[in-house]
Amino acid sequence: MRASILRSPSPLPGFGLSFGVMVAVLSIVVLLPIGTLLGRGLMIGPGELWGMVNSRRIWSALSLSFRAALAASLFNLVFGLVLAWVLVRYRFWGRRFVDAAVDLPFALPTAVAGIALTALYAPNGVFGQMLAPLGIKVAYTEAGIWMALIFIGLPFVVRTVQPVIEELDREVEEVSATLGARRAYTLRRVVLPTLAPAALTGFALALARSVGEYGSVIFIAGNIPNLTEIAPLLIVIRLEEYNYDAAAAIGIAMLLISFAMLLAINLVQIWSRRRIGLV
Amino acid sequence: MSDITFIRAESVTTEPRLTRGVLIGVTMALIAVLLFAPLIAVFAEALSRGWAAAVASLASPDARSAIRLTLIVAAIAVPLNAVFGIAAAWAITKFDFRGKAFLITLIDLPFSVSPVVAGLALVLLFGVNSSLGAWLVANDLRIVFAFPGIVLATMFVTFPFVARELIPVMIEQGRAEEEAALTLGASGWRTFFTVTLPNIRWALLYGVLLCNARAMGEFGAVAVISGKIRGETTTMPIMIEMLYNEYLSVAAFSLAAVLALLALVTLTLKSLLEWRHADLLAATRRH
Repeated sequence: MRASILRSPSPLPGFGLSFGVMVAVLSIVVLLPIGTLLGRGLMIGPGELWGMVNSRRIWSALSLSFRAALAASLFNLVFGLVLAWVLVRYRFWGRRFVDAAVDLPFALPTAVAGIALTALYAPNGVFGQMLAPLGIKVAYTEAGIWMALIFIGLPFVVRTVQPVIEELDREVEEVSATLGARRAYTLRRVVLPTLAPAALTGFALALARSVGEYGSVIFIAGNIPNLTEIAPLLIVIRLEEYNYDAAAAIGIAMLLISFAMLLAINLVQIWSRRRIGLV
Repeated sequence: MSDITFIRAESVTTEPRLTRGVLIGVTMALIAVLLFAPLIAVFAEALSRGWAAAVASLASPDARSAIRLTLIVAAIAVPLNAVFGIAAAWAITKFDFRGKAFLITLIDLPFSVSPVVAGLALVLLFGVNSSLGAWLVANDLRIVFAFPGIVLATMFVTFPFVARELIPVMIEQGRAEEEAALTLGASGWRTFFTVTLPNIRWALLYGVLLCNARAMGEFGAVAVISGKIRGETTTMPIMIEMLYNEYLSVAAFSLAAVLALLALVTLTLKSLLEWRHADLLAATRRH
C-alpha cells in the first residue's frame, strides 16, 4: 500500500497506521451512511425519485429551506464584514468581550437557541410584545426562521474575514488615499476585493449550515405545511411514518441542491481570487 | 501661519470619527439583540419561578438520565474523533500521497450535510430494513434507536472539528523536528509523544473543545436516530424538546440553562487559549 499510494518517500513512520485509521473511521462514520443513502436513491430509480419529490408540500419545504438560508446568509455576509472590520480596526470599550462572544452560536446547542428565540419573539415574549403594535409577527412565520438562521450563521463570515483584515497592509490604503481616492472609494475598490474570497468562504459555510439546520428552526417556525415547514422537518415526519423511501428522496434532493450551490460558490471564489491575483 | 492644520497620520487609513461611532453603535446594538438577548432569555425563563423550581426540575429522573447520557456520549465520541483527527492530520501533513485534496474534501463533507440527513443515512444503513440492519438485529446488536447510533450520529456531525484545527498547524510546523528525532534514534511513537504532541497540544485542545461543545448540543442527527425513548435514548437536547412540547417551560429552560452554562465555559476556555497561544493558533485562523 505504502509504495503504491505514496508519491514521494518520507523518512517518517506510521503512514500505514494513520492512513488506515483515517480511511476506516471516515468510511464507517461518513462514507458508508452517505453511500447507503445515495444507493437507496439508485435502487428507487430516478423516475420514481422525481415522482416522490414532485409534490407541492415538498417543493414548498425545499424552496423555503434554501430561500431562508440564502436570505440569512446574505444578511450575515454584510453584517459579518462590517462586524469583522469594527472588531479589528476600531478600539472601543468591551471590544475583546464582544470578539469572544461572536462564537456563542458555535457553542450554544441549537435546540437551546431555538427555544430561547421562540421565548423572545412569541406574541407574549419580550421582543414579540414590542413588535406586535407595529404589526410585525416573527415567531411562527418565515421571519422567525430567518432569525434562527441568522443566529446560527453569524460567526462564519466574521471568523473567516477577521484574520484577512488583520493582515491587510495599511500602506496600500495610504497609497490609494495619496492618489486622491476618497475613503469610501478606497474601501470599495481596494479593501473589499481583497476580503472577497474569505468572505465568500464564510458565506458558503454559513449557507451550508443554514440549509440543513433543524434544531434552532423547528421551535420558532410553527411548522405549518406549505408555509413554514422546512425540508429537514419533512424528512423527520416521513421517517416517523416509516416511509424510508420518501425520506431518502427528500434527503437526496437536499444533498444534490447543496452540492450544486457549493460548487457555484466555489467557482465565484476562484474568479474573485484570480481577479486580485491570488490564484 | 495660522491656517496650518495638523492632520493625524492615521486619518487617511480609517473612517471619519462619526462613521466609526455609528458603525460601532449599530454593530453592538445588533450583537445585543441577536446574540445576548437569546442567552439572557434562557436564564430568565429557567428562573421565572425561582431557583427552587429550576433546581428541582434538574433533579428529576428524566433530567438526570439525560445529563448522564449526554456526558457518556460525549466521553466516547469526542476521544474517538480526536484519535481520528490526529491520525488524519499525521497522514495528510507528514506524507505526500495521491488523492490528498479529495480526502480533505471528504473529511469536510459532514459540514455540508444536514444533521437530519446524516441521521437518515445512518438509519438507512443500520435500520432493520437494510441487510446489515437485519443481520445486526438477528445477532441482538441494536444501533438504531439505541446508544451506539447516538454515538455514531454525534461522531458524524463533529467529524471534521479536530482534523481541521490540526492540519494547518501541522503543515506550518513541517516535519524537520520529527526527522531530527528519528535520526537521533527515537522510535516512531516516542517521536510522536515527545516531539509532535507537545507542538500540537494547544491546537488539539482547541479542536477538542469545539468538538465537545457540538457533541453535547447535537440535536438534529440524534433526534432522528435515537427514536426518543424517554429515559433511555434522550440526550439533553432531546429532553429539552420533549419538555418544551409538554409545556413544561421551567424544566425545559433549566436543562437548557445547564447547556448554556457549558457553552459559556467553552467560550471562556476558547478565548483564553486564543489570547495565550495566539501565535500557535494563528495558522488555523489564517487558512
